[in-house]
Amino acid sequence: MDSPPTVPFASWGWKTQQEADGALEQLLARFGDRMVRIAEDTLGEELDARIARIQMHPNEAGVDPFGFDPTVARYALAVAAFLHRFYFRSQVFGAENIPSGRALVIANHSGQIPMDGLLIGASLMLDAEPPRFARSMVERWSAELPFVSVLFPRCGQVVGSPDNARRLLENDETLVVFPEGARGISKTFDKRYQLERFGLGFMRLALETQTPIVPVGVVGGEEQLVSVANLESVGRVFGMPSFPVIPQLFMGMPFPLPTRYRIHFGEPLRFQGDPDDDDTVVQQKVDAVMDAIRGLLAQGLARRRAIFW
Amino acid sequence: MERDASDPPPAKGRRASARRKSRATVPPPPPAPTPSSASEPPASRRPKARARPAAARVEDVESRDGAVLITGICGRLGRLLTRVLHRTDQVVGIDRREFHGRPKDVIHHQIDLRRKKTRDVFRQGGIRAVVHLGIMHDLRASSKAHHAWNVVAFQKLLDALIQYDVPKLVVLSSANVYGPSPDNPQFLTEESPLLGSQHFSAIRDLVEVDMLAQSFFWRHPDTETVVLRPCHILGGVQNAPSNYLRLERPLTLMGFDPMVQAIHERDVVRAIGLALEPGVRGIFNLKGPGEVPMSRVFRILGKRPQAVPRTLMKPVLERLWRLRMTSFPTPELDHIRYVCMVDDTRAREVLGFTPRYGLEDTIRAVETEA
Repeated sequence: MDSPPTVPFASWGWKTQQEADGALEQLLARFGDRMVRIAEDTLGEELDARIARIQMHPNEAGVDPFGFDPTVARYALAVAAFLHRFYFRSQVFGAENIPSGRALVIANHSGQIPMDGLLIGASLMLDAEPPRFARSMVERWSAELPFVSVLFPRCGQVVGSPDNARRLLENDETLVVFPEGARGISKTFDKRYQLERFGLGFMRLALETQTPIVPVGVVGGEEQLVSVANLESVGRVFGMPSFPVIPQLFMGMPFPLPTRYRIHFGEPLRFQGDPDDDDTVVQQKVDAVMDAIRGLLAQGLARRRAIFW
Repeated sequence: MERDASDPPPAKGRRASARRKSRATVPPPPPAPTPSSASEPPASRRPKARARPAAARVEDVESRDGAVLITGICGRLGRLLTRVLHRTDQVVGIDRREFHGRPKDVIHHQIDLRRKKTRDVFRQGGIRAVVHLGIMHDLRASSKAHHAWNVVAFQKLLDALIQYDVPKLVVLSSANVYGPSPDNPQFLTEESPLLGSQHFSAIRDLVEVDMLAQSFFWRHPDTETVVLRPCHILGGVQNAPSNYLRLERPLTLMGFDPMVQAIHERDVVRAIGLALEPGVRGIFNLKGPGEVPMSRVFRILGKRPQAVPRTLMKPVLERLWRLRMTSFPTPELDHIRYVCMVDDTRAREVLGFTPRYGLEDTIRAVETEA
């Protein structure tokens, strides 16, 4: 087996395949390398080259302080690229709207599982120029799950807290936020492409750090896993934020349908004001973002001829 | 001990009774304060900004009036601090233990901090600063002993500080008072709540010491109070993180590899030296050179940790702890599971502290002989 091409950030002190100790780790590293190679060959993407171009902010020890590890993230990017290009065949519009420097990417949330986050991340890496590595905020309980608690930080996911978000934005990073949260992702099919209530935290953060907001309308997510009901009381029993009833799971399709995603990046919005203003004042600004996303969604839905192609 | 007797006569040989280890007996409350033999009020402290004590110039010895009192001087950090400080300052130590290898110019009182004798040390005057390192952290000891030793003794020390107008207090707390938790932001600032005892009730008294120091900071602005909260101190010290890294085959939790911070013991000593500078006050988080995943720490040490699922680790460790076969109690598993990292911006900007030791040196410091 030929040695892998130059692994980006190999000098960072993270493990490369040769150094990986333990048979299991070596196996995983080899498998991951193979995966990256296959993804590059079949999709015609230069994944490693794009990862090498992203802006990093290492600490004194040469490590990302939030635990991001490009040598692990490239495996995740290979998977995301496969889903983005091959499975969901996403179309990306307006990727040139991403401003340089810090940015808050605000999108509608849909589809029971957070595929939209993954695909927005993939389009920022693969379609935006220069490639932007997007951080997203994950649920706190992910830090309690074995393996997930390692994988998420290594791929640049950060436990959601205003402190972390502020710190990342001050480092001029790009942050993907779904202000609808669980309310949005667990919508039933009759509410598709309607926005749930937005939290206000992201706007206060944007005002405080003077961050431009990029509204994003994601079309195609609502049809991947059609939910006909949300049994919240059952979900509460299992400690889950929602309990969607998804007929296709019982019809032998325990995976999201290959709908075609259309990701519309809007013009960046810049807001001025006091981050500690009253909720009503901040709400007005949030409404402006919601209107922008509604516009992008309407535009995307009008342009869409078919759900699956 | 004979060294004690040959000391310059501050405590006038009344130390014999003090040698009796008074473990659990809390002495009666101190009598009404004798109208402090205020022969030399410690106001002679000159508030001038001068170079750090490590500069170790001979002129400094005269210019720094007053002694630095170090409680718990016989611990690893106390001895390291003494070795640095005694060149420029008069150092007075209080500890129940004997001070082996004590520098000749250091006065050591082998007494329990809670005893009345402690006040005698203050009454002689000339103490310009107190560095409180005398904190017991022995999880096998009863919580009563912990409370008596850590909280009660610290309160008595604070009383003495007020009574004798000591202008400076440095308390070495720890970043562990914040506690590891999945809810933690990646970096905890000094304002973060102290939730360390939330899932680890055995360190209640350590959190309480930190809180006492904080309230003292606000109630007595005449004393410059500094609380240092370093992340995991590595070196010849006997603390959980150093002991853990010294294990032949450390166990880790399968599927967890949190980011960790560490600081070299000598960097902590240097930070204490900076905190002793006149004019410095407040709470400071301290961290060493950057944060790294725990797996990288093991790689630097050349160790191959054994990953064990938590569902297995927890009951087994609990059993082992009860059988006294391990020195790691179960709640400390959270430290190898969740993040508990600090933001040291304030220490860098106000205290002027930046770690001297690099990552490799800091981590390899656990291999040094105590």
